[in-house]
Amino acid sequence: MSHVTSAVRTPLVTGGKTYADVTEDISRQVEGRPTREWTIAFTISVIVLIYGFACVFWTWWEGLGVWGLNKTVGWAWDITNFVWWVGIGHAGTLISAILLLFRQKWRTAVNRSAEAMTIFAVICAASFIIMHMGRPWLAYWALPLPNTFGSLWVNFKSPLVWDVFAISTYFTVSLVFWYMGLLPDLATIRDRARSKVSRYIYGAFSLGWNGSAKTWARYEYMSLILAGLSTPLVLSVHTIVSMDFATSVIPGWHTTIFPPYFVAGAIFSGFAMVQNLMLIIRVVFKLEDYITVEHIESMNKIITLTGSIVGVAYLTEFFIAWYSGVEFESYAFINRATGPYWWAYWAMMTCNVISPQLFWSRAIRRSVVWTFTLSVVVNIGMWFERFVIIVTSLHRDYLPSSWAMFHPTLFDISDYIFSFGLFFTLFLLFSKFLPVVNMAEVKTIIKSSSEKLPASVSGVAKGERVTSPTFNKSAE
Amino acid sequence: MSDVTNNSKFLVGIYDDDDVVLHAVKEVKTAGVRIHEVYTPFPIHGLDVALGHPRTRLGIAAFLFGLSGTITALTLTAYTESFDWPMIVGGKDSYSPIVYVPVIFELTVLFCALGMVGTFLVSNGLGPTVKPLMYDLRTTDNKFAMAIDLSKNSLGEGDIERILKNSGAAEVNIKQF
Repeated sequence: MSHVTSAVRTPLVTGGKTYADVTEDISRQVEGRPTREWTIAFTISVIVLIYGFACVFWTWWEGLGVWGLNKTVGWAWDITNFVWWVGIGHAGTLISAILLLFRQKWRTAVNRSAEAMTIFAVICAASFIIMHMGRPWLAYWALPLPNTFGSLWVNFKSPLVWDVFAISTYFTVSLVFWYMGLLPDLATIRDRARSKVSRYIYGAFSLGWNGSAKTWARYEYMSLILAGLSTPLVLSVHTIVSMDFATSVIPGWHTTIFPPYFVAGAIFSGFAMVQNLMLIIRVVFKLEDYITVEHIESMNKIITLTGSIVGVAYLTEFFIAWYSGVEFESYAFINRATGPYWWAYWAMMTCNVISPQLFWSRAIRRSVVWTFTLSVVVNIGMWFERFVIIVTSLHRDYLPSSWAMFHPTLFDISDYIFSFGLFFTLFLLFSKFLPVVNMAEVKTIIKSSSEKLPASVSGVAKGERVTSPTFNKSAE
Repeated sequence: MSDVTNNSKFLVGIYDDDDVVLHAVKEVKTAGVRIHEVYTPFPIHGLDVALGHPRTRLGIAAFLFGLSGTITALTLTAYTESFDWPMIVGGKDSYSPIVYVPVIFELTVLFCALGMVGTFLVSNGLGPTVKPLMYDLRTTDNKFAMAIDLSKNSLGEGDIERILKNSGAAEVNIKQF
């Protein structure tokens, strides 16, 4: 094995970090007392969560009549929020799995938080599925069990049942992938723990990890297979979510482009959310040396790509609506752009198609402020995309006599706010009690992707700039 | 580790660098010392091969678990939709395998992932109540430890210590379990 510090590649870890520095920098926020910023953010999140949960409880208590749904618009904010959250959940697995298979080293700094984001986003998504059932105590009816009236099973031909399988598998595999990735770092925290309680808790969760060569070899092999499994899985989940719409006959939904279009949109919004979280984390936890401008730029490139794919999909939909000659399709799309919900449509177009194109500028792509702002804009745009697809298609169906408008109520809004409380509460707990950057993986790239090779491992004095390419001792 | 008996005495060479420890494994083995195991804070490619560990068969386990998922999904959909409660939905036959592809795929992935991870944990003896044998606590931080079981080596303690130091060990410690 030899390590090469490339002359052309910019460093992924700056500040001349050693292996010990990585441990120290990342463990600091786990071992120290909560910071003031964390405490304030956590308190706000919990208050929002409690308020939101009270509203969700009232929704269940009173029934879905408290939402603005009507006979025509039977799905609205509930499914909009569900699809939006599931989409956000896609970046984590993408960063973990697909970029691992493509040997993208920059993923190591952001994969842990992105995976955590995935888990919490899928929990939020699932909460809307349970909510929109109206009777959550009967949620188990969606599982393949013969129901209580006889041997009537779930309909395996329904995309909604496919969704149950897809989302639950995605959640389970993502959770397992994330937890397995945590094992070595949990062991690190365990071995540094000063209190008995920490040692016991981190000891139990690290499952007795001791970092033997045999375990690492199996671990890497397992990670690779999990990545190989997760890659088609992440594509399948949003494909299946899109089929919830595409297999119906509603104008604007009955579209073969939906699977790739939804997957691109999911990655688009997921990366935008990762950007938002990472930019906050890197400042609050002082991780600028690990989450560098290079990482931000790499993710912005993916946002530009997926944003452009989404833009092409919007145009394709319009073209096919005209080219198909189906008047209902044509009307649906003209109505989206010029009908009563024109503002939602143009908000979507502006946020998703136009604004990410600013990332073609290198200065904007590498600017923290621009990145944060545009990522928020993208997330707003992607929420509007789902709203446009769902509500504008439903509010004008085949029968003009049933045409209606959807107006969100306080409970529509509050139940959405609940999901933010849930997401940020979980994410803040994660960021306090678990290492937000994968220490073991970052250590593997220190030599090949660091600004300066650690003195202890390269023989180069600390602070001395290494001229590249530099070949270390070859072990092979 | 299950192969460590009571009162086992180990010499533990501590290394500062992954390349050095990888070299050292070859040197120490060439000197005729049997290495118990090497412990590292991150994976070092080629270390398992240098130590002579057999190639993992996790891939076979993953395939078999995946296959069991496929069979489960096929059986579940066939039994429910063709025998227990046949239904024609959307003009499709009561058993229409293409429609079940999503369910078959998801269960295949689920069984494969959970089964393989379970196999990984069992084969490495990992679990919530497991107390790891740590030869040096710094191996989960920044050090690399090569453990030599003295009872399984014919060379004396002094000779092995000298070999370890010559191979680049920054320090050599004694650990007894």
